Amino acid sequence: MKDTQTLHKEQKVTATTMRITGSEAIIRCLLAEGVDLLYGYPGGAIMPVYDELFKFRDQIHHVLARHEQGATHAAQGYARISGKVGVAIATSGPGATNLITGIADAQIDSTPLVCITGQVASHLLGSDAFQETDIIGISTPVTKWNHQITKASQIPEMIAKAFYIAKSGRPGPVLIDITKDAQFEEFDFSYEKCKGVRSYNPVPKIDIDDVKAAALLINSAKKPFIVWGQGVILSKAENELMAIIEKAGIPAAWTILGASAVPTAHPLNVGMVGMHGNYAPNVLTNDCDLLIAIGMRFDDRVTGNLETYAKQAKIIHFEIDPAEVDKNVKTDVAVLGDAKESLSKLLPLLKTNTHTEWHQKFKDLYAIEYEKVIKDDLYPTKEGLTMGEVLKEINLHTQGNAAIVSDVGQHQMIACRYAEFTTTKSNITSGGLGTMGFALPAAIGAKMSAPERDVVAIIGDGGFQMNIQELGTIFQQKVPVKIVVLNNEFLGMVRQWQQLFFDKRYASTEMTNPNFVAIAKGYYIEAQKVTKRADLKNAVAKMMAFEGPYFLEVAVEKEDNVFPMIPSGASVSDVRLE
Amino acid sequence: MSEHKQLYTVSIYTENNIGLLNRISAIFQRRHLNLDSINISTSEIENVSKWTIVLQLSEERMKKVIGQIEKQIEVIKAYYHTEEETIYQESCLFKLRSNLLFDEREIQNIIKESNANIVTVNREFFVIEKSGRKQEIELLHRELSVFGIMQFTRSGRIAVTKDEMKISKMLEAFQP
Repeated sequence: MKDTQTLHKEQKVTATTMRITGSEAIIRCLLAEGVDLLYGYPGGAIMPVYDELFKFRDQIHHVLARHEQGATHAAQGYARISGKVGVAIATSGPGATNLITGIADAQIDSTPLVCITGQVASHLLGSDAFQETDIIGISTPVTKWNHQITKASQIPEMIAKAFYIAKSGRPGPVLIDITKDAQFEEFDFSYEKCKGVRSYNPVPKIDIDDVKAAALLINSAKKPFIVWGQGVILSKAENELMAIIEKAGIPAAWTILGASAVPTAHPLNVGMVGMHGNYAPNVLTNDCDLLIAIGMRFDDRVTGNLETYAKQAKIIHFEIDPAEVDKNVKTDVAVLGDAKESLSKLLPLLKTNTHTEWHQKFKDLYAIEYEKVIKDDLYPTKEGLTMGEVLKEINLHTQGNAAIVSDVGQHQMIACRYAEFTTTKSNITSGGLGTMGFALPAAIGAKMSAPERDVVAIIGDGGFQMNIQELGTIFQQKVPVKIVVLNNEFLGMVRQWQQLFFDKRYASTEMTNPNFVAIAKGYYIEAQKVTKRADLKNAVAKMMAFEGPYFLEVAVEKEDNVFPMIPSGASVSDVRLE
Repeated sequence: MSEHKQLYTVSIYTENNIGLLNRISAIFQRRHLNLDSINISTSEIENVSKWTIVLQLSEERMKKVIGQIEKQIEVIKAYYHTEEETIYQESCLFKLRSNLLFDEREIQNIIKESNANIVTVNREFFVIEKSGRKQEIELLHRELSVFGIMQFTRSGRIAVTKDEMKISKMLEAFQP
């Protein structure tokens, strides 16, 4: 069946058309989309494609993960640092279902992915055949789009459509399931990139009146406050955002996925919002008279209790996805469209301003946070090592140029709070889904995508063991990532909640851990463990100077807590410092 | 915007693709929303399906759900309307024992007065069809149930709006 919904011209069998198999067509489609690196794991129903990957190995590098989940996170890491579509490939049944966590993570964090799964032959569909699973049904709620191909002739159009949908508008994951008979079938191949899908409008047209209305509010605000998210990074609007902040003199804070879009040291960068964000931006959310949200979605970890969130302020929302407008927070002015374009139109309409007094409030509250939290995190006087001082030591070496890939939990919050950034697309973490096990494979993808950059994975002892098998991938591919495990022998964030909200009943959060250094060495990865403050400096220096992959375990204080903290369901201004 | 729940008719224009039913129903399932009825058919436009869904919801939530539906790649456009904004019908079939036609004279009057049609009659049973609003169908059901109904089935609502739906223009605008 010819797909009538994809908007490109009728394809004709021309001299350039080749008669090839579906599986070869898949590789040629990937090459046409500029893919030279993909992550995956072979198996029965995808074997014809792997056979072609072998033949095309000079043009396309397949990285064998050690688990399909690792393949998706690696593809995510690749996508997040490069801005390109990450590709993961797996067989049917368990291979396909193992992709789901990574796909769900990519969906909620708007990461462009194309996942290709093999499927049993079309005549076996629905017969409970060996390794048959309804991956279209399973992946539907967590994909931006998915499609099952049962005829080789559908491959070029559907793969073109997959890449177009994954990367356009608000990006997301797409899954293409291809039956084995379609992989074997021969057909006349030609490829044309997808230019549009008639039922899909990826980028809403900007209404200039909305931009003008936003400018009017900003120009008359006394206490304006910007909160930006990953939308700024996805639309490459970092410079436009910075120009606006500087021209209008607006203090600006970031969501976890927005980190690194503006350098940490920028004087108007006032830190992170949300549950473990900085004190000033959280408290002053409920003091500003205008909240300007840019490319963020008012996640509950950002807003706390919506009933008491910025009720005193007017709200402007710059957003590409119409479904996000008024979803959680009612806006006064919504500017739909691509952030880069909207902000470019906004900039000339803004008056130059400084808001010195208002900005001073942020500095004053920072001083309180520094005294109560930051000082002890970064310059501890107690015996046990803190996660914060490890980050501080890493900062000294990276000078803000490294990509920091964090997992999920206490170490993640510490990494996002204290890692210094000078370069955009440098904070790679699982924000929306909170997927433990994300960082190790994501660091592989990040490093392979940007080999010239330092990539440091910051992982807890819990999350490290959720995809620990990817040490095998690092070893086999010789990926020179730096792996730092901050080991407190606890599932630290859950333990912190148990301490604060469940009367210290530490149900199943204490971990008896193996010898991680021996495990890393078992994969022939250089490794060392630090237990004393005196050894930290040299250990970090050795790791950063080492040419290949390196594993550093730091035994940190067992029962440290992450502050500031907005307790679940509390107001942002009720953020606790202790 | 009111938190008050009311009955809405949702109209969705979509591509006619496998899997979309799963995708749309997941939007309702995820939010724990129960549907009163759902009907999918061809529309006035070739290759475009029209969905008619009826459910009870507050307007605030309705708007958010519409946003989630429209976000799906293969959805062209989604609308929601109140009762007053649509012309709608449902249809139903009753299977009854044929002897009732002779034994219960009143049945013939009920059929005539309700504007129902007799679809088929044989020695054992006869089938009547009735189209109309939900209340009319419910009334007929009540009237016939005293005689014993062998089988009953009612369709989902189908509806057209009083206002124009500019789907064709929308599709033209997509052309490169």
